[in-house]
Amino acid sequence: MLKASENYVRKLIEEDSRLDGRKFEEFRKIEVKTDVIESAEGSARIILGDSNVLVGVKLSVGEPFPDVPDEGVLIVNTELVPIASPTFEPGPPKEDAIEISRVVDRGIRESKCIDLEKLCIEPGKEVWIINIDIHVLDHDGNLIDAGALGAIAALLKTKIPKYENKKIIYEEKTGKLPVKDIPIAVTIAKIGDKLLIDPNLEEEHNLDARITITTNKNGEICSIQKGGSGYFTMEEVLKAADLSILKGKKLGKLIK
Amino acid sequence: MKVGKPEELIVKGKRLDGRKFEEFRPIIVEVGTLKRAQGSAIFRFGNTYALSAVYGPRTAHPRHIQDPQKAVLRCRYSMAPFSTKERVRPGTSRRAVEISKVLNSALSNVIFFDDYPKTVIDVFVEILQADASTRCAGLNAASLALTDAGIPMKNLISSCSVGKIDGNTVLDLDGLEDNYGDVDMAVAMIGNEDKIVLLQMDGIITKEDLLKMLEVAKIGCIEIFERQKQALKERYKTGEIDVEG
Repeated sequence: MLKASENYVRKLIEEDSRLDGRKFEEFRKIEVKTDVIESAEGSARIILGDSNVLVGVKLSVGEPFPDVPDEGVLIVNTELVPIASPTFEPGPPKEDAIEISRVVDRGIRESKCIDLEKLCIEPGKEVWIINIDIHVLDHDGNLIDAGALGAIAALLKTKIPKYENKKIIYEEKTGKLPVKDIPIAVTIAKIGDKLLIDPNLEEEHNLDARITITTNKNGEICSIQKGGSGYFTMEEVLKAADLSILKGKKLGKLIK
Repeated sequence: MKVGKPEELIVKGKRLDGRKFEEFRPIIVEVGTLKRAQGSAIFRFGNTYALSAVYGPRTAHPRHIQDPQKAVLRCRYSMAPFSTKERVRPGTSRRAVEISKVLNSALSNVIFFDDYPKTVIDVFVEILQADASTRCAGLNAASLALTDAGIPMKNLISSCSVGKIDGNTVLDLDGLEDNYGDVDMAVAMIGNEDKIVLLQMDGIITKEDLLKMLEVAKIGCIEIFERQKQALKERYKTGEIDVEG
């Protein structure tokens, strides 16, 4: 990006305004569509401003982890496909994609929103494996929030296929995936000494630091991830926590 | 159900290894351990054993990673295959990639990059033995190794973990507490300043819990900072001079 526009983004924020006219504590327009992919057991498409993310949930049967023999397995993967941005290259996930996957994974896992024990078929031998694939189609910043929202929206719609004689019959469903909570990730960027919610691409390029806080239905925090090469003061972290709790409640209503 | 879970993690107001809530495991710090690296350090929290080495600033390869204005930082966190009960498969895991990234972000806060255009500073963190809080130990070692390598820095980075076990906020989780406790949070600050450069939390907490945990972490980071300074002074202690050497 041009240096001039870089300075402009920062200058605007210093003057308490944003490139797209939003308030600091305002999300871009969010559109949630579910059941958009027939071949997936659950799916959702999130359009957050100009960011566009497709999330698919696929179920398969496999071995549980030895330390939790009676629980289903959750796997989150993110593909930053080259159609989404000139900076994305084909190939195995790099650190940005891995970070998105791991932050989304932790939000879901730590909120205990999926009842993994109900996904055990035979302890120690067979359990359901939930693969959540986040496919980024258009990148205009804040892919963590979009991905996390898409993941939980897709999970809420996921149906478990029939499993008979060691075979999955994908055409027949036996019921819904047991989902008990709605974890919502909210990312807050720090530019200069200002905190702003849902950074778009230009803001992302200019941020000093960012923090993603995932909250559950009760307004409790279930995961935190700080990123970016700057710092937060303790006061800023607590302010970010307040904002995330507040916005998390609003966003949760979008995907019921 | 989890296998091998102890019945209680807190017995009579003490932790299983006898520590108080806000007490570290024994800390061992050593600077300048390796001979070949430009800078190196060891940082141990009890059975967690991190070794860090710094190479550079050196010409950045491949060339497209070069920055004509300043140095770039490259961090690599990795766990030795024998560092845990179950062997860690060598090579990069997703976890290692993510930790490398957050260590890089944390260290970037204090390094003066402008002095070395087109170069790379390589920071390697090897976890030789893991008993929780490995990223914190690794970061503490890395910040000392950078100092030992003579990289110009604004301050040290000091890091520790805090957690919640049966409603109690505790400092410096060990492996059992990490596996079976409720909450795990890694925090790093710039020396003794109120600047949080690494923050990762897993588990369910309220905002009040967060405040309490950050406060405990801050006290912890300041203690680590003092230990780091002490180790550096130890390394550069001037004393008798061996004229024959």
